[in-house]
Amino acid sequence: MLVGRKKLQGLLVTFALLAFLASSGVVIAGLKDSIYNPGKLKPTDSVPKLKVGDKAPDFTLPSVNGNKVSLHDFLGKKNVVISFVPAAWTPVCSGQWPGYNIAREVFEKYDAILLGISVDNVPTLYAWTKQMGKLWFPVLSDFWPHGRVAKMYGVLRSDGMAERALFIIDKNGIVRYIDIHDINERPRLEVLARELSKLEKKGKEVK
Amino acid sequence: MVSKILKRSLWVLFVLGFYFQGFAGNVAPQVGKEMPKFLLPLPKSKIERKYLGVSDKKNNFTISDIKSDVVIVEIFSMYCPHCQRHAPTVNKLYDEIQKDPELKKRIKIVGIGIGNSQYEVDFFRKKYKIQFPLIPDGEFKIYKEIGVKRTPYFIAVKRDKDGKSVVFYSKPGGFDDHKEFLKNIVKLSGIKTEK
Repeated sequence: MLVGRKKLQGLLVTFALLAFLASSGVVIAGLKDSIYNPGKLKPTDSVPKLKVGDKAPDFTLPSVNGNKVSLHDFLGKKNVVISFVPAAWTPVCSGQWPGYNIAREVFEKYDAILLGISVDNVPTLYAWTKQMGKLWFPVLSDFWPHGRVAKMYGVLRSDGMAERALFIIDKNGIVRYIDIHDINERPRLEVLARELSKLEKKGKEVK
Repeated sequence: MVSKILKRSLWVLFVLGFYFQGFAGNVAPQVGKEMPKFLLPLPKSKIERKYLGVSDKKNNFTISDIKSDVVIVEIFSMYCPHCQRHAPTVNKLYDEIQKDPELKKRIKIVGIGIGNSQYEVDFFRKKYKIQFPLIPDGEFKIYKEIGVKRTPYFIAVKRDKDGKSVVFYSKPGGFDDHKEFLKNIVKLSGIKTEK
């Protein structure tokens, strides 16, 4: 009898937890039934390594288009926004890049390009981003050595995913803005636009 | 012994409470039921307020405050690629309604941007040249109240005899043919035959 009760309790707890998880997910923004909902995660789970004013660590990563992209390619030419997302096929991430995809002019206004980075491998990133439509910015795979770039930027979580993080790097390769965001939430576009606009002002002063 | 039973029942109640809390307000609006009366911030633009026929005196309005027989509510997000691709089709639906002098008075469209700030909603409006009002739901408040899981999602409500807004259409996903969709909305609402 006691065992039966315990079992029942166990079942109830499992059921309740499942129900809670199912209901607490953030909006599944499209991409049909392929999105995996990990539930609510620890907001951040890494030790920051960089601060504003630091030189941005250089890297070279393969993109889903087959070519390689290096940070130094843009030195002296473009401001760079790096968007780390935790993982392909998860709810908030599946929305974040499609949003940037229609906001190209926000980046271009401030002479910036966007690099999307996740720790997934190229085939996964290819399949995932293909569903977002044609993206105007490179999507880079930080899969192997696993999360090496994420680690350099201090955004590799203990479970091997990356943080949801934004870095703005100016034409001199200097980090100008860092947002290691709550992984469960999407950073606001206006905040990024505002930070980019500060870059512009500074650029004008230099001239 | 009694306290043991008491403890156990409390525990079960706690778990059940957790379960119900998880589900509360999380069922999408159902056809035949009254539309939930969640508060929407008043549009900043005078043209939009006039379109909806909502009072300037308050800061908020509900779907049932909109002065028309039928309201089509699009639940969307600026960040949702399906909503982006579907935006031109919804614009065609709006144009189709506005072309018809009768329907124009009787059907209004309003978009609710789930998890979108005012800036993000405005960005979406400018990008796709959207004429109907788009209302931000930055903190997922409305999302939690109406329990819509997927965007885009369309809800259509109709005013009944008692002035209540009753849902007659509630489906995830968009539509390919705006004319067919409008025909369906007109048919389901019965607004043409009522006259």
